Amino acid sequence: MLLYVLRRLLTAIPTLFVIVTLAFFLIRVAPGGPFNQERGLSPEIKANLEAQFGLNDPLWVQYLRYLKNLSQGDFGPSYNLPDFTVGELFAKGLPISIQIGASALVLALLLGTLLGIVAALNQNRTGDYAVIALATAGSTIPTFVIAPIIQLVFGLTWKLLPIGGWGDGALVNKIGPVLTLALPQIAIVARLMRGSMIESLRSHHIRTARALGLSDWSIVVRHALRGAILPIVSFTGPAAAALLTGSIIVETIFAIPGVGRYFVDAALNRDYTLVMGTVVVIAIFTIVFNLIVDIMYAVVDPRVRYD
Amino acid sequence: MTEAVVTAAPPVVGRSLWGDAWARLKANRAAMVSLCYLVVMAAVCIAGPWFVPHTYTTIYSDYVRIPPSFSAYPKADMIQGALDDVLKRMRVDVKEWKQDGERVIVTVTSTRPVDERYLRYVDRSDTFDGARVEATSPDGLQMTFSAGVKQQYFLFGTDNVGRDLLSRTLMAGRISLAIGLLAGIVAVVIGVFYGSAAGFIGGKTDEVMMRIVDVLYSLPFIFFVIMLVVFFGRNFVLMFLAVGAVLWLDMARIVRGQALSIRRQEYVQAAEALGVGPRGILLRHVIPNLLGPVVIYMTLLVPHVIILESFLSFLGLGVQEPMTSWGVLISTGAKNIGSANWMLLFPAFFLVSTLFALNFVGDGLRDALDPKDR
Repeated sequence: MLLYVLRRLLTAIPTLFVIVTLAFFLIRVAPGGPFNQERGLSPEIKANLEAQFGLNDPLWVQYLRYLKNLSQGDFGPSYNLPDFTVGELFAKGLPISIQIGASALVLALLLGTLLGIVAALNQNRTGDYAVIALATAGSTIPTFVIAPIIQLVFGLTWKLLPIGGWGDGALVNKIGPVLTLALPQIAIVARLMRGSMIESLRSHHIRTARALGLSDWSIVVRHALRGAILPIVSFTGPAAAALLTGSIIVETIFAIPGVGRYFVDAALNRDYTLVMGTVVVIAIFTIVFNLIVDIMYAVVDPRVRYD
Repeated sequence: MTEAVVTAAPPVVGRSLWGDAWARLKANRAAMVSLCYLVVMAAVCIAGPWFVPHTYTTIYSDYVRIPPSFSAYPKADMIQGALDDVLKRMRVDVKEWKQDGERVIVTVTSTRPVDERYLRYVDRSDTFDGARVEATSPDGLQMTFSAGVKQQYFLFGTDNVGRDLLSRTLMAGRISLAIGLLAGIVAVVIGVFYGSAAGFIGGKTDEVMMRIVDVLYSLPFIFFVIMLVVFFGRNFVLMFLAVGAVLWLDMARIVRGQALSIRRQEYVQAAEALGVGPRGILLRHVIPNLLGPVVIYMTLLVPHVIILESFLSFLGLGVQEPMTSWGVLISTGAKNIGSANWMLLFPAFFLVSTLFALNFVGDGLRDALDPKDR
């Protein structure tokens, strides 16, 4: 098992390398540069700035330099937020994004699984239809509609929650963003869980368990759930990577100072180092969570072995 | 002798795949209602802007951010304000004014003679029209004029700069639906050609073609889209062709898988044994059998594209003012929920209900066309 994890981590390095290379050259091929947008920048000053950041060197020199710095954990300075390095920006924003994303993920997993089980146990009855309706709504209504509606209903009409802002991480400030992020995920989890639970309940070992006279609770929780949880496990990997690295919509609407905005802003401003930093962070999260998912497979399902 | 009357049994009419699917779809009430809803929505969005008395770009500076109402504007208490505005521009003082049915009668005074050409200011306002001089005092320092009060309906209210939200929502619907369809078709065409080529040729070519798809898949989607914006600028037709060109990946995979499995079916082998050429097999067997999944995927792709367009417009990367789309409207609405929630609610309702309908139609089609279900 340990060997497997080590091997996976080693194979992650070339994957990361390919992603970094691809992203580096893609963003550099794009027309424009980090200092083109600033107005009234005289050509001399622009040239000086570019020289300072080494942007005049041949592209491959810059690429090698970036790789060298990256391997030492140095993401470089941000071009458009000149007081910060990319590392500092992430150190500040990432914990916030992770808090919101992780809460949403946990909420989605708990509530989604529960709803899925309820639906599966009441197949083709009222409870089932209610869950299906909720799941359809959750997966159809886009986040940028859910978020302002939550603001409107809970913030403005009922005045239960603040409309936005981080408020130094107060609980009430997190409820809106977490709900917005979680709703679509709840829909997906509930749908997955319903499907796999229905299948699991039909399987032979459940019939045997029923024949043995086990209680409903024990059948569902101890026997059916174990078999049915696998699709949820594989859903969790990519979902966690996406949720924890921040959502631009939610962070923009609720004015959360996370890292979700960086990607789009940086790409539009040609803030090369920040774009690259975001790509690397997202890639690392994706790789790590996919690894965790694969390990979880072996934990949940003893038939899966890694030797 | 009686003649035996032979009545031939009526020939059994076989149902084609599509006839069968249509029958199944018709039995699905949610899908049919959604289909009708979509047709109505499309018709309203396409034809609507011609029937709404306001165009989507006209700015009514007297009616900024007014709430939706079934009764006509101006409301009784708004006339005073509009009149004050006009008289300030005319640089005259109001002596008295009263409303007489559809017209207002105003008496103004000034330290200089009141020129009747000043009345142009009255006609220029969004509230009044048909101003005419009723009486002028002998020294010309006082004038009485009357003007009609324009009755205007803003069923959905107006936006931040005083544009009619109904005409803007319908116009936005045109754009959003058109983009959804356009990018959807682009994605399907590329995907079908690429996927069926890979699946039909097979072997090494297939291998290479599918690895390319895998590589494109692994890049973060939003990164891809932003790169497209960076390259193509904010020309939206070009950009959504490009977005369509990003979304073909799923289609290519589905079509390739289908093409591979269809080629291995017994009826294809039978056709090959009978000497049918690859062209015949492609036209008679592969394409008709591919159409089902393609149609299903297309109905699921269109809402996807509409969401993507709205998302990009929300970020300010998509459709640009004064042109509009549901995403643009929702984005401005979200910024004004405190003062003008109708700016969010109407476009959001249009967008979400359309997405729902598309989803139900997609699900209905899948049930109708999925042969595994029979």
